[in-house]
Amino acid sequence: MEAVDGSPIWQATAWTGSAPTVRGATEDSRWLQRLLIGLSVGFLTLMLFAPLAAVFVEAFKKGPGAYFASFRDPYAWSAIRLTLLTAAVAVPANLAFGLAASWAIAKFHFRGKALLITLIDLPFAVAPVVSGLIYVLVFGMNGWFGAWLARYDVQVIFAVPGVILATMFVTFPFIARELIPLMTEQGTEEEQAAISLGANGWQTFFRVTLPNVKWALLYGVILTSARAMGEFGAVSVVSGHLRGRTNTVPLHVETLYNEYNFVAAFAVASLLAMIALATLALKTAVEWRKERELAEAARGPC
Amino acid sequence: MSPNRFIAAAALLTLLPIAGGCGPLGGEGPRSPGNATSEEKSAVTLLNVSYDPTRELYDEYNAAFASYYQRETGQPVVIEQSHGGAGKQARAVIDGVKADVVTLAIGYDIDQIAKLTDLIPPDWQTRLDNNSCPYTTTIVLLVRKGNPKGVRDWDDLVRPGVEVITPNPKTSGGARYNYLAAWGFALRKYGQDEQQARQFVAKLYSNVPVLCSGARDATIAFVEREQGDVLIAWENEALLAVKQLGPDKLQIVVPSVSILAEPPVAVVEKNAAAHGAQEAARAYLQYLYSPEGQRIVAKHFYRPCQPSYAEPEDLQRFAKVELFTVSEVFGGWPQVQAKHFSDGGLFDFLQEELAQHQ
Repeated sequence: MEAVDGSPIWQATAWTGSAPTVRGATEDSRWLQRLLIGLSVGFLTLMLFAPLAAVFVEAFKKGPGAYFASFRDPYAWSAIRLTLLTAAVAVPANLAFGLAASWAIAKFHFRGKALLITLIDLPFAVAPVVSGLIYVLVFGMNGWFGAWLARYDVQVIFAVPGVILATMFVTFPFIARELIPLMTEQGTEEEQAAISLGANGWQTFFRVTLPNVKWALLYGVILTSARAMGEFGAVSVVSGHLRGRTNTVPLHVETLYNEYNFVAAFAVASLLAMIALATLALKTAVEWRKERELAEAARGPC
Repeated sequence: MSPNRFIAAAALLTLLPIAGGCGPLGGEGPRSPGNATSEEKSAVTLLNVSYDPTRELYDEYNAAFASYYQRETGQPVVIEQSHGGAGKQARAVIDGVKADVVTLAIGYDIDQIAKLTDLIPPDWQTRLDNNSCPYTTTIVLLVRKGNPKGVRDWDDLVRPGVEVITPNPKTSGGARYNYLAAWGFALRKYGQDEQQARQFVAKLYSNVPVLCSGARDATIAFVEREQGDVLIAWENEALLAVKQLGPDKLQIVVPSVSILAEPPVAVVEKNAAAHGAQEAARAYLQYLYSPEGQRIVAKHFYRPCQPSYAEPEDLQRFAKVELFTVSEVFGGWPQVQAKHFSDGGLFDFLQEELAQHQ
């Protein structure tokens, strides 16, 4: 412990000691520092904090009673349930896919690898509205499989499966994108060592590969969950806006707003804002844990 | 930190929403008549796909119909709603939204469903009274309190410096009526001269800063975000906006002449038949013509086709205005659509002209 705490202090002291030689350069620009900090704080206030605060101000405009009454609406609850269900399917599916894809890409050589990487990035490049429309074109009544599916009484578009599919599509790259660079950087040495010591494939995966990427993985899961619950564009196209059936929380906010029901719209929107804040907190906690663990790991060999 | 603890934590994190969300969702999947349980058999579900400004109307009507239907037949009925721009909603039904009834802004949109699918029979408009229009409305002008720009009639909308808000006629049924109302006024004013009517409408649209996609978007832009000086709106939408957002902020200007808007309704026979809801769907639309239905219609600012059933004070809100119909002046929706709103039609031409001017 002391060594860990001690070393940065020691470094800091050493740096301060040699500071006079560089002091001039930093001191002259102190006003510039302040200006830049002021600018960025001002910008953030205007563009991020003010809208966030506005959501809560509008939601509580008619007092906490009206705020909580908004959640007594059964349509609000069905929207919340659908959003949670969507995340509950999309996140694990993308977790499995993201791990498999990045494992394949980082640890193996095969033909078409570059193509696979490009395909994973596709949802980032495509506008959300288009992501929704492609599913309408494929599964819609006049789409490729629509009529065939209808014969077996399966409905994808304008039903829950469509909402989930569109959400999975837009959240596809988040986990893979977190993992691929890290896994590529780590290389295959540790896995090779494990296998040469007699571990089988699953053992190698669960004891070596997975622990090595756990923080990036968790980070990806957090980002995916946040996006899955907040997606509007793609879901709006495939949902059909059927109240109580295919309205997710973001779509329900739009519906309420269009019905002049501003307090309820912002009350439900405040849920999304809270999810965003919780995401940030989790993300920070994960980063903090990771740093600490890396520091512990660094101390280990010493 | 052991890897196992980490995996457990990660698993918990991903599974949490499942625990919270799975149980109550059982009944939320797509409807399928095949696996109907005895419970579902007794309750029938109707999906009403409607256009934008009918939200408040059907909120109340659905409750009234459900209790009426249960009283009459002993069968409980659950009505689900979807709202949006009429053109977009028709498209969604064509693409597979399982609507049992459609209650849209103009006959053309239902014609499109009948034409492109076999869901609705071609003679749908003759199946209910009054050309399948249980209620009508018209187009009026909504201005800010005190009428600061002195708007009295359609002429005032082409004056320089008057900003007009109206949605895009390509996506909104209401916007098509707005456009046709102005066009009909101009034809009258210039002795049926097409060329001058066209210039009049072009001038009006040069005063439109943005085209919203639906009637409700346009109302919210005008009322909440305070864009523009005049909103061309459905009479029912304007009356509702004044009621919801305050007579101290807005007032209605009734023009000298306007258009009779006839929003029709139809049963989507094939969808309703697929889950045994035909009878309920037909009763649902038929009840709109009943005394109770007509009373609710008038209460929500639509002009009832049987005014005798409505409350007199509700009827008082409808201004006496000379109305012309689409078929009188334009020959019907197919003609209107082909000439004005199809791709490459007059409205496209007008927009191109405007773009070149700017």
